[in-house]
Amino acid sequence: MASTHSTIRIMPTGPGHPKRVRSELMRQRLRAAGWFLVPMLVALAIVAGWPLLRTIYFSFTNASLTNLDGAELVGFKNYLSWTVLKSGRVIWSGLLSDPAWWNAVWNTVRFAVLSVALETILGTVVALVLNAEFKGRGLVRAAILIPWAIPTIVSARMWSWMLNDQFGIINDMLMMLGLIDHKIAWTASSDTAMIAVLIVDVWKTTPFMALLILAGLQMIPRDIYEAAAIDGVHPVRTFWRVTLPLVRPALMVAVIFRLLDAMRIFDLIYVLTPNSAQTKTISVLARENLIDFDKFAYGSAQSTMLFLIIALMTILYIWLGKVRFDGGDR
Amino acid sequence: MSAGLKLKQVKKAYGAVQVLHGIDLDIKSGEFVVFVGPSGCGKSTLLRLIAGLEDITEGTLEIGGTVVNTLPPSKRGIAMVFQSYALYPHMTVYENMAFGLKLAKTSAGEQEQRVRQAAEMLQITPYLDRLPKQLSGGQRQRVAIGRAIVRDPQVFLFDEPLSNLDAALRVATRLEIAKLHERMADTTMIYVTHDQVEAMTLADRIVVLNYGVVEQVGTPMELYHRPDNLFVARFIGSPAMNIVSATIASTGSPATVQPETGNPVTVNATVAATYLDAKATFGVRPEDLTPTDGPGLFTGTVSIVEKLGEVTLVYLDTGLPEPITVKIDGDVDIAKGQTLTVTAPAERLHLFDENGVAFPRMPLARAAE
Repeated sequence: MASTHSTIRIMPTGPGHPKRVRSELMRQRLRAAGWFLVPMLVALAIVAGWPLLRTIYFSFTNASLTNLDGAELVGFKNYLSWTVLKSGRVIWSGLLSDPAWWNAVWNTVRFAVLSVALETILGTVVALVLNAEFKGRGLVRAAILIPWAIPTIVSARMWSWMLNDQFGIINDMLMMLGLIDHKIAWTASSDTAMIAVLIVDVWKTTPFMALLILAGLQMIPRDIYEAAAIDGVHPVRTFWRVTLPLVRPALMVAVIFRLLDAMRIFDLIYVLTPNSAQTKTISVLARENLIDFDKFAYGSAQSTMLFLIIALMTILYIWLGKVRFDGGDR
Repeated sequence: MSAGLKLKQVKKAYGAVQVLHGIDLDIKSGEFVVFVGPSGCGKSTLLRLIAGLEDITEGTLEIGGTVVNTLPPSKRGIAMVFQSYALYPHMTVYENMAFGLKLAKTSAGEQEQRVRQAAEMLQITPYLDRLPKQLSGGQRQRVAIGRAIVRDPQVFLFDEPLSNLDAALRVATRLEIAKLHERMADTTMIYVTHDQVEAMTLADRIVVLNYGVVEQVGTPMELYHRPDNLFVARFIGSPAMNIVSATIASTGSPATVQPETGNPVTVNATVAATYLDAKATFGVRPEDLTPTDGPGLFTGTVSIVEKLGEVTLVYLDTGLPEPITVKIDGDVDIAKGQTLTVTAPAERLHLFDENGVAFPRMPLARAAE
């Protein structure tokens, strides 16, 4: 056939494989698309790619803050290494054998799971309320964003005063109501430090969650609820059987955004409960090593591990949860 | 199961805005009633009041002899087919149809049987395991109808069910709905549309609504041949009836009127003597006009010719503010600019008083139908 010299090639098609026609026109379009992407790729490479690669590189060296240029490669020493003593005893060293590291990992995971779970539940409730029609809804929607709009440093300071053991308004109110019989050092006490951090984070981030879920709720056509009313479905049942499955895609995206954020939590804890072993997260620990302890390479290794943990969690979540970012349902 | 409906002075207001001004309506058990009217006339609101999706502001609604004003939709013995189908997107066709039954604690066997039966009737059995998004518009519509059928309702409500379908599918689905009514002869059906063809073809009786008021209730042919007022006269029939202002020239039965231009015209109306010289309008349908060589009703220049194949629409410029529309045979050779005289039999001329209300027609005309 004459088509042997044609530039059009049709790939074999099977189920799920759309026909691919590579024509000159298509190539032109791809080239144009490429040019549009270049500025963003360059910006990303500078602000994200380069620091990430540097951090990973430093994690395999013996760099210190005062001697970054003279760093030498030491392999996996920062992660895990061992020495065998003459007596035959093996001494483990490095990140993976460091109890402080595992404490931070545990704190981070606990914080992320608890805060995101609470925020998801409360955010859903708030979103359902805001989705109902009532007078002044626009005002309430704007007002609810205030905690999210306040810089974390400011709200952390604000809350640290409110939670203050001597002068804090929270203790004062709880005492007046007779719920506690002595003032609690919320942020300092090892029993309550994590609770304090969770309270502030939930207060701050629930609005964000609520707005993302609200956007999903508003995508659900109203007549489905009318059909459910005619079918005689109880409102609670409607929520579980209709609303929740339909808002699931939006909910999954909201949860992953928050989860990534929560895993990296730094500012709130750094301000609210500095130096508390109960709340120290990976980010706080990494900064401590990087700057305070002048163990730059060790801190880099922790940062790299955090990156790996988050990347792994995200991949697992997207894969297991079948998350789609285009808003479609499954 | 079947039930009639009785609406007494049903009103609906949203705040200060009154959308339904006291609707009185009797719908017999097993009847197919179509609410028709221009958009914003309140027809969908009326249907939603009957369904219980909106509260009735004033008046009473009875279904099967019971006042149901405060009953929730699920207790009214109704089923509804929505314009947008309103299928649950995350459930398969089967689950969509069985959802209501499942929650009503119907036994699994009966659920299965009722769903299968409805699916069979609507020829959607092959799609029972698919999700709504995997179906075409027409198939989704049938699923929506199927979901309504399995509820075994006393009253079947349709809210513009065909308006999201393309023209060919609309005709096919219209026929299916007509067949459905035949098969479910005991079930009362109420159907809302803005399309007069759907209204004419499906209805036992049509309710014409305008600005929240019932303009006329009657069989399709009653509405076509004996419109109560100008609104119904214009709304039913396509293209719309030609309307010409005139004064009453002689009263009695039949009366004659004098149009603004031309000769006096004898019309199908009985007019009391008090109306002599009163302003009036007379109307004639485009399809009732025929070209003639002798003296006719209207003479004018042909301004536009629209050939639709089976018919030709001719617009005549007669010096009146509006052109006169004439619907004639498809193959007639008429050119733009030509002078044409058309006429119509007197019993096909409708006369309305100054307020648009039809004068009584002569009994003879009815017999001719």
